Amino acid sequence: MPTVSVGRDRFFVALGRTYAQEEFEVLCFEFGIELDDVTTEKAIIRKEKHLEDDDGEVDGDDDEVIYKIEVAANRYDLLCLEGLARALRIFTGTEATPMYKISCIPRDSMLQMHVKPQTSQIRPYVVCAVLRGVTFDEARYNSFIDLQDKLHQNICRKRTLVAIGTHDLDTLKGPFSYEALPPQEINFVPLKQEESFRADKLMEFYKSDMKLKKFLHIIENSPVYPVIYDSNRTVLSLPPIINGAHSAITLKTRNVFIECTATDLTKAKIVLNTMVTMFSEYCENKFEVEPVEVVSHDGSKTIYPDLSCYKMEVSLSEVVGPIGISLDETKVISLLNKMQLQAESCPSKGEPRISVSVPPTRSDILHARDLVEDVAIAYGYNNVPKSKPKCMTIGGRQPLNRFSDKLRAEVARAGYMEVLTFTLCSREENFDMLNRTQDVNKAVIIANPRTSEFEVVRTSLMSCLLKTLKHNIDHPRPIKIFEVGDVVTLDGSRDVGASNNRRLAALYCNKQSGFEEIMGLVDRIVNVVRAPHIKFGQNYYVPTNEPEFFPKRQCKIVMSDGKQIGYLGIVHAEVLRKFGIPDPCTFVEIDVEALL
Amino acid sequence: MADVEACLLAHLNSGGEVPDSRSYASSLRVTHDELEAVIKSLSAFRIVDTTDITKETWVLTDEAKGYVAGGSPEAQLVAAIPPEGASKDVLREKLGSVFDIGMKTAAKNKWIGFEKGNKDLVLRKVNTIKDDLQEQLKSLESGEVLSDKVIDDLKRRKLITKEKSIWYALKKGPQFVAKRKKLATDVTQEHLRSGDWKDLEFKDYNFGAQGQPIAIGYVQPLLEVVREEIQNIFLQMGFTEMPTNNYVESSFWNFDALFQPQQHPARDSHDTFFLEDYLEKVKEVHQRGGYGSKGYGYDWKRDEAEKNLLRTHTTAVSTRMLYKLAQEKPFAPKRYYSIDRVFRNEAVDRTHLAEFHQIEGLICDYGLTLGDLIGVLEDFFSSLGMSKLRFKPAYNPYTEPSMEIFSYHEGLKKWVEVGNSGMFRPEMLLPMGLPEGVNVIAWGLSLERPTMILYGIDNIRDLFGPKVDFNLIKSNPLCRLGLQ
Repeated sequence: MPTVSVGRDRFFVALGRTYAQEEFEVLCFEFGIELDDVTTEKAIIRKEKHLEDDDGEVDGDDDEVIYKIEVAANRYDLLCLEGLARALRIFTGTEATPMYKISCIPRDSMLQMHVKPQTSQIRPYVVCAVLRGVTFDEARYNSFIDLQDKLHQNICRKRTLVAIGTHDLDTLKGPFSYEALPPQEINFVPLKQEESFRADKLMEFYKSDMKLKKFLHIIENSPVYPVIYDSNRTVLSLPPIINGAHSAITLKTRNVFIECTATDLTKAKIVLNTMVTMFSEYCENKFEVEPVEVVSHDGSKTIYPDLSCYKMEVSLSEVVGPIGISLDETKVISLLNKMQLQAESCPSKGEPRISVSVPPTRSDILHARDLVEDVAIAYGYNNVPKSKPKCMTIGGRQPLNRFSDKLRAEVARAGYMEVLTFTLCSREENFDMLNRTQDVNKAVIIANPRTSEFEVVRTSLMSCLLKTLKHNIDHPRPIKIFEVGDVVTLDGSRDVGASNNRRLAALYCNKQSGFEEIMGLVDRIVNVVRAPHIKFGQNYYVPTNEPEFFPKRQCKIVMSDGKQIGYLGIVHAEVLRKFGIPDPCTFVEIDVEALL
Repeated sequence: MADVEACLLAHLNSGGEVPDSRSYASSLRVTHDELEAVIKSLSAFRIVDTTDITKETWVLTDEAKGYVAGGSPEAQLVAAIPPEGASKDVLREKLGSVFDIGMKTAAKNKWIGFEKGNKDLVLRKVNTIKDDLQEQLKSLESGEVLSDKVIDDLKRRKLITKEKSIWYALKKGPQFVAKRKKLATDVTQEHLRSGDWKDLEFKDYNFGAQGQPIAIGYVQPLLEVVREEIQNIFLQMGFTEMPTNNYVESSFWNFDALFQPQQHPARDSHDTFFLEDYLEKVKEVHQRGGYGSKGYGYDWKRDEAEKNLLRTHTTAVSTRMLYKLAQEKPFAPKRYYSIDRVFRNEAVDRTHLAEFHQIEGLICDYGLTLGDLIGVLEDFFSSLGMSKLRFKPAYNPYTEPSMEIFSYHEGLKKWVEVGNSGMFRPEMLLPMGLPEGVNVIAWGLSLERPTMILYGIDNIRDLFGPKVDFNLIKSNPLCRLGLQ
């Protein structure tokens, strides 16, 4: 979940009142956001610099209290102070949802963005808008920059899907063009630099930039790089990497040109709408946005941003039915209004119907079910009367799990201690340390392991029990442990190509190997699992020769039809050495599913 | 020893007293040490009362003890001389060290003489002698008092030394019995067979000591204790367990089928799907919407859906189960639950593991409401001892409305998040073919977290994994969930 930092005092000014912290937390809880942390600018800097509280003064005298607020991942309109305060003002009923509108300008004087065909090779979409007569101050400016960062992190998926460029329009001259050119042909002075770079050299240069290097991969290997020019061939930006220095925004900027380049048009529109609906608040004509015409290489023209409301029509019961409350349409409309949704009653003969206008800030509303949630939130989740589902059903267990529990109880009764280990283990533990090499091609291997501890899904419980024993090596002997758990092996007959197999494993460790102790346990299990379809002959131990056990002190366990259901043996000295176990051990593993 | 005790008790019982345990011991012909052991045992139970008598007494040296047994040196010498006499060398050889001492006193007592002209031949002058020294030593040993002159003489000859000794005067104690019963520590087969259990009196037992360690088996607390109880709650509420033994899952079931858009790390792809029709519907609802939804408006890629992964939630299984349920006609309501492992590619720390157990419950029926969900959650969590619940709006791609579940923790004095819940989105249910109007209410939580709260464990690795201490497994108390 994204977290937004806002200065508390400025936030309360924006809310039009102050709150005691507890009171504010209650409001957050009801609305579905969370006051995650209360800190100060100084404390944040200290933390970044890893300083102790009394470790001297930190630069800057900003001691403002900062609220860190966690918001839902699909509410891009809550990613800045402006949007959060607006949403809460509307939720508490102190303000109505604004009407976001496009300024009326003749089509022939509208700014244009021409899209060149080569862009479709790398980043096909661009959408733009202009904010006229913006008044920035330091706080607003910082919020404007922070919102771009937050959008880049979240909906833009680290700039892969969408990248935002904002420019001082007064330094530029339209029309603009969105092109894709070989990097050697692009030269400009990037933001925060003084000299001009050729694009390929610039990419090289940013390889050592902590912030930018993680975005380079998006275009690095493309023969053409996306670039935006004005009519004087001034570079606005090299998306999604960096803007040009020429058109950089300052506190004095009055007219802002916003471009969003993208691989996903839907998200680009949402991002553009979020930027303009949030910051048109500071425009001369509040909530008014100047459109830009995007001219595609095929000649088609589209005007952005699209600030129209998404219209939905729902019946009253569709909205309140799933909540389990009964309200009339007037009440429902007032609840929808609290959630920024304009609504009105529709003329209808039968059941009351409601028409809802979803503003461009609420891109998360996809379905009538989303209206249900908003009504429930505005009504108060904790005011919804509880009820009981009426359906009569009968409970039941999975036979394999029930059977596993019976076996667990049986082995525990035999004096073994149950342990619970991880399914994931290292490649080394699962194979090399057990002297097993031939099994590698049967195992599920993790493509992106975070640590070497978790590289492969276990194909046997053996390494898990040996590891557990190692961690308790000082425990008094004899040590008798067991686990019932799943292993996973590749299996072509399954849709996902792999299947679980339930195993029972036990390990005995003492001054002597306990080979016969383990055989005693197996005898007991064989005795209790016998059934008309589970048959064992007189001799169910058949000698084997596996590398993880001592020769001649190992065998497999077979049913009367010859099917192998398990194996056991005195653990080989080499294996014990690799796991750091000084005393002899006997290990057994049995396929539980074969006995069901 | 039993005899000594019997004699002593009989003696005291018949009115006798023992003024001096030392002489009493010699009267019984036992050493004083033997008698002393009996006295101590009896006095511990206050059967006899003892008064210590401390005296400094003369005791015989080893040399003197030899004389008591074999006679004084002079007597030995006289006895060694045959009637015809014997040479000094012969006598010295016969008597050893005694010879020189014996010669002196015997000569002084005129018990011996020498042949004239031959000082080497010792002759016996008397037929019988009275061995005074032996008499004196015997008297002293039996406790008689000798004259100071004799004492001085014996002291000078280093035949006696002074020694401090304790003995006792004895009389009946308050718990006196003529015959003491032997106190038993245990009941044996012999007691039962012989019938003497009737007379058994038991020694006091030391209840401060612990019993003997016993060799038994143990079950893992997380599994036995908490999973089993939660399972019981589900079964009581009429839920059927889902088969969750498939750790490897496709992105399709893990994400796409749950109307979760395609942005997730993935694994090698293996096989193809068999559910062409359903796949198309899911693709359509992602890309362009339908079923009353706008959709996400992006290019849904089949390759992405086919990528395999270790499931990140057991909701993937719930989705498979709901799909299966949707294919069964006519529709029948279901309550499903599962408790099994899920995987997250996260760094392991005190509160996070790369794999942990997810508990999931869901109900599928016509007309279920948010109020029903709240009602079920209150039933479920109050069985877990959490009766004070509060719900917070939340976001989850496949549920709408979504609620985080908070419970008031009396110990921590604050609300803690205990799980997530919601109603599955129509965009998830309708492409499966579930009838319009059928809702699914569902909730999930981890198994580890409530267990940690329940047992006050603050490091998850103490509960799950190879580093769990065996002593924790051995000492874990029974789970009392569901016993209230």
